[in-house]
Amino acid sequence: MTKEYAVSNKLAKFQQYIDHHGNRQVQVTESNPDEIHLAIPKEEIAELGAKLCHELGFELIQLLGSDERQIQGQFALYYVFAQYQEGYVAVLKTEVAEGEPSFPSLTPRVPSAHWYEREIRDLFGLEPKGHPEIRRLAVHKDWPKGLFPLRKDFRLQTEVPRSDGKFTFSRVEGEGVMQIPVGPIHAGIIEPGHFRFSVVGENVLNLEARFFYTHRGMEKIAEGKTPRQGVLVAERMCGACSFAHSSAYCLAIEKLSGTVISKRAEFIRTIGLELERLYNHIGDVGNICAGLGFAFGTMYGARLKEELQHLNETVFGSRFLRGINAPGGVRRDISDQNRELILGTLAWVEREFRELTEILLTTESYLDRVQGTGILRYKIACDLHAVGPAARAAGIARDTRRDLPHLAYGSLNFEVPVYTEGDVLARVKVRIDETFQSIGIVRQALDLMPPGKLLLPLEEMTPYGHAVGITESARGENVHFVMVGGDGKIFRHMVRSASYCNWPVVPSTIPGNIVPDFPLINKSFELCYSCLDR
Amino acid sequence: MLRLFKKSLKTGIVTTSYPQQPDFPAEGFRGLPTWSQERCQRCGNCAEVCPVGGIVLKRGAQDYSYWSLDPKSCLFCGYCAEDCPCGAITLSTEFELAESAQSAGRIDESAANITRIFGRSVHIRHLDAGSCNGCDWEMTTLTGPVYDVQRLGFDFVASPRHADVLMVTGPVTRNLEIAALKTYKAVPAPKLVVAVGSCACSGGICGKSYTSAGGVNHILPVDVYVPGCPPRPQALIQGLLKAVGRRNE
Repeated sequence: MTKEYAVSNKLAKFQQYIDHHGNRQVQVTESNPDEIHLAIPKEEIAELGAKLCHELGFELIQLLGSDERQIQGQFALYYVFAQYQEGYVAVLKTEVAEGEPSFPSLTPRVPSAHWYEREIRDLFGLEPKGHPEIRRLAVHKDWPKGLFPLRKDFRLQTEVPRSDGKFTFSRVEGEGVMQIPVGPIHAGIIEPGHFRFSVVGENVLNLEARFFYTHRGMEKIAEGKTPRQGVLVAERMCGACSFAHSSAYCLAIEKLSGTVISKRAEFIRTIGLELERLYNHIGDVGNICAGLGFAFGTMYGARLKEELQHLNETVFGSRFLRGINAPGGVRRDISDQNRELILGTLAWVEREFRELTEILLTTESYLDRVQGTGILRYKIACDLHAVGPAARAAGIARDTRRDLPHLAYGSLNFEVPVYTEGDVLARVKVRIDETFQSIGIVRQALDLMPPGKLLLPLEEMTPYGHAVGITESARGENVHFVMVGGDGKIFRHMVRSASYCNWPVVPSTIPGNIVPDFPLINKSFELCYSCLDR
Repeated sequence: MLRLFKKSLKTGIVTTSYPQQPDFPAEGFRGLPTWSQERCQRCGNCAEVCPVGGIVLKRGAQDYSYWSLDPKSCLFCGYCAEDCPCGAITLSTEFELAESAQSAGRIDESAANITRIFGRSVHIRHLDAGSCNGCDWEMTTLTGPVYDVQRLGFDFVASPRHADVLMVTGPVTRNLEIAALKTYKAVPAPKLVVAVGSCACSGGICGKSYTSAGGVNHILPVDVYVPGCPPRPQALIQGLLKAVGRRNE
């Protein structure tokens, strides 16, 4: 089946869905190979969104605003839905007039829309009507009213004064209920965020988290950059997911320009993504031990992680795999000598890591702390669209490498481990299994990697065209939306990292546990603050 | 338990001998770009393509001062070298780029004095002021078995009140500025501030914006800058030694 046929087939089926449900105003506007684009009036969005999610098997994976007043006189919202069974995404666009800056909230019917809509309210000044919780998210209490940083008439360098404002945390009232405020500066080498525990003694009744301390305006910074410069911004969204970010960004740019990169470049990217997963997963399995004071495991993991990051540096010139991706392919090849080096290192790492896992999974004091701790419920994981190892440990069998195939993953064999317990141990086990799968993927990819050009020039891009690039980072599904302007430069770049989806589920796993288990549970999710805050 | 001991003994010592022995990154490592006066055709491509505007050209000048790059702003992306039509710019493997601040006046600058104050017992507090976590991870690595900074008399502490040195990452975001100032205030004097990574050193990719101060020196007095995006763990060690006046180790 050719690609065009596959797309038109999907289109016809999608149109059928829509027609069948009486949404006649929906129009199919254009499409990328695995994307369907539609325009829809804003009044329809809540109903259609709910229908897609509850009846047609879609999931909301991204929702963003865009200030398109200079193009068409209106704001635009883009809703990205994924159909994992059939392997494509549908991007629904709706327009919001400047004179009436509001849109119907999807959150009451599709809860995973909750943070996106609050973010759009903060950054674009568009009001999600009917949203159950309209407190500030992306800007803090001292941000002046009426200033919206992602609007085009707001300059990046604007000096913004601090204003008076209040932010109220939800409180638990009752005899003996205390609040423990923690952060934003934490007692370790950790990123900043604020946690507000409501406790009785050691027992946590409620946890509320406050983020966006590291908001650096990365999406605003990306605007006006050339596609090539944009990679540098994308890979600095987050250190530990640098390569997953730059790959997703490049995939989006390549879709936009209709550039088909070489098979060799695809394989090198795939290997890069797996090497990134490996140093993260192995480092995490070790680092989770730090949450329970098991220094042996922590140091063991750190030692293997260092070996892998050293490998990254030797093969690719960067311990964090930066500077490899470029729109159109990759900037680094893998020589025969480095191929052997990768294989040799992985063989050693596999042996050592297997020994670590055998020790961990038979050490009673370790199991005692991780078993049954910090349970993520399946229903919450589904409702809030949890992703990655956290979701797979809570019974959700989803991995974008398999379900939304990209790069070389379609031609490689691997399994997607799933556990249903949802506790810290399950999250550790998913990472352990995935580590061995990843090593297998790298071996296959090195074996199958054909010769080819590393970097191809980009084809011309349609002005104001948009596309979505998706990769599976170590933390889970990672979605980049990119739109280019008339000058070929980035007009809008929205990053929805895995942490964006998983942070909201973390507080749900804490009540019922004791305060000292929080660091452990938090580490077992191992989320980034920076790629959420951007 | 026996198995743990056995494994630990079998693994042996994995700690690097840096800084006693120098460390050389593998070929292909992206270190500081260098410029060759003889090859340069003065086209200006490098300055144009530099994503942070870190390359400064003196138009028309023929002497060695024509081209300059501030290591504190460099992202080590290599675009300048890639876009140079005459091969005048190459990426060296140089990574030990820590430099003292020009105006470090808080503590008597003489190395002997700083060494006398801090000796070989230096406590560090990490302050994330909006980093991408790359620098943070490299800092965590310092406490691992391979770099093990405790062997050099450094340790990371949980409270700023126990610290001698603040290692700051990130450009200082609007939402962390107050926390950064409070943390600095909580560190007892005499104290040192080390800015880690290009964001902390110069704003880096973030620059100065509605939400970024454009570098730690705009908020706190910086003593030592450690360039890199992120700096290698060895570069962090070099920066720390420099900060406490032990640059000859």
